[in-house]
Amino acid sequence: MSAAAVEVIDVARRFGAVQALDGVSLRVAPGEFFGLLGPNGAGKTTLISILAGLTRADRGSASILGHDVVRDFRAARRNLGVVPQELVFDPFFTVRETLVFQAGYFGLRKQGAWIDEILHHLDLTSKANANMRSLSGGMKRRVLVGQALVHKPPVIVLDEPTAGVDVELRQNLWAFIRKLNTDGHTIILTTHYLEEAEALCNRIAMLKAGRVVALDTTANLLSRFAGLTCRLVVPALPAAWQSRVVRREGRNLHVGLDNPAQLETLLAALREDGIAIEEMALAETDLEQVFLRIMKQPDAVAGGAARSAVRGEP
Amino acid sequence: MIAAGPPQGDRPLGGAARSAVRGEQFSYGWVTLFYKEILRFWKVSFQTIAAPVLSALLYLLIFSHVLEGRLTMYDGRVNYTSFLVPGLVMMATLQNSFANSSSSLIQSKMSGNLIFVLLPPLSALDLFAAYVLGAMVRGLVVGAGVFVVTVAFNPGLLSMPHPLWAVGFALLGSAILSILGLLAGLMAEKFDQVSAFQNFVIMPLTFLSGVFYSIHSLPPFWQALSHFNPFFYMIDGFRFGFFGISDVAPAWSFAVVAAAAATLSALTLKLLANGWKLRP
Repeated sequence: MSAAAVEVIDVARRFGAVQALDGVSLRVAPGEFFGLLGPNGAGKTTLISILAGLTRADRGSASILGHDVVRDFRAARRNLGVVPQELVFDPFFTVRETLVFQAGYFGLRKQGAWIDEILHHLDLTSKANANMRSLSGGMKRRVLVGQALVHKPPVIVLDEPTAGVDVELRQNLWAFIRKLNTDGHTIILTTHYLEEAEALCNRIAMLKAGRVVALDTTANLLSRFAGLTCRLVVPALPAAWQSRVVRREGRNLHVGLDNPAQLETLLAALREDGIAIEEMALAETDLEQVFLRIMKQPDAVAGGAARSAVRGEP
Repeated sequence: MIAAGPPQGDRPLGGAARSAVRGEQFSYGWVTLFYKEILRFWKVSFQTIAAPVLSALLYLLIFSHVLEGRLTMYDGRVNYTSFLVPGLVMMATLQNSFANSSSSLIQSKMSGNLIFVLLPPLSALDLFAAYVLGAMVRGLVVGAGVFVVTVAFNPGLLSMPHPLWAVGFALLGSAILSILGLLAGLMAEKFDQVSAFQNFVIMPLTFLSGVFYSIHSLPPFWQALSHFNPFFYMIDGFRFGFFGISDVAPAWSFAVVAAAAATLSALTLKLLANGWKLRP
């Protein structure tokens, strides 16, 4: 049996009064491009910290390629590369020194050729001997990516790697990460850019208040909420339809529809109440709408895929 | 375990899907951190080495100018300037050992780059060895610098009767302060907590340990109290190496200092293994 790239079983973690994680279970197969989504404070970074051994779970277990992150931490950490969310660096050293040291911490020496290659792929060759302090934010971010790759980990976790990164760099970074995935690395990604998760990830877990509220392939998530969204500008909306509003932008109301036939019902309801439509447009469901709908559900359980989600409130 | 093979740096990206890397050597992780710790202070050596040597030299010039001729130590067997030199050497060694591990750790904590050593497979012992040895190197380099400069004023000091005792006490004293620095760095959440530890614990203990005086010149109460200060044994034992005279038998001092080093090591290793303040 081949070990899961990442396996998390019933992990819980409390910080003071905050239950950051409340019984999270998930399994990521080798080679997957896995998305971890959720609003701020949902527990994404705590979960990643537990995988990386930066913090410990109150209960449950986590393993990387079958190596428990606490008992077998050396093997677990050798198999894991983490790009942290914060833009951290050591101001004493150059880009190359940073990478050489990081390789050394993993017990690797004489990695010059590999480091050259990382620098090349991340477009940092010309900055190899520049002090970390002198780099722009985007460059520092790329050095962090390089540091996560320097020991060639089979599993790579990226915690919001594109936050605050300009569009062009973001595109390059995605192309690079996608290449890593095609080369066989398992990728776990947290991001706020839902359209990117939609484009990149083949499976997605959504976290809310420390629980997995959805866990499925991207395609299934999209089709579960399939259908359409109808953007309306209307003076009022019949009461029965209020709960269908997935998003409000100024006067625009985005109303979720299960199928095209429902459009008829919506229009009939508007006509019945004598409401005049000022503007209307139809769009396919995207991940953002799925996300918003799942997050709106009171104690959201989107299907049975998420083991931890079916336990209900205590 | 994974065999140490040639590095595979020329490989194309990836292909790493299954197993971790070859070419890794287990003992090399902490050696890298140790080396990084040395390079960190070496890159700012004007501040970390030259400055403390200069201040020790100023102490020597001022105190010997004021007190030489008025004061002799050990019943007139040692002149004051000679007496002062080993105290200053030891003080510089101790303070700089403490400064190195504490400031390295708190800086890494505050800037967040401590994550770089927390993500790799470094054990509690790896972290301990690297930070403590790195800090000892700084302390001992500064101590040696102070020794070289001050000996220029007192060439007679080179004829040490018991140099091995001096070396032993320098090593142990520097180890203890490096460990204390590590503890302070672990404990602190802000820079001012480290400097409070330095100013309210380390400085008084050093100054009241007999750097500038023999405790025999103190009133009985303070003399007795000095025996509870572990720093006193470090400096007294160190001085024995220079003059063959001390306030306390050197073997007893050595036992106290070694016990302190062992206790602090055990405590710190335990805290590191528990992830105390590092892996909350």
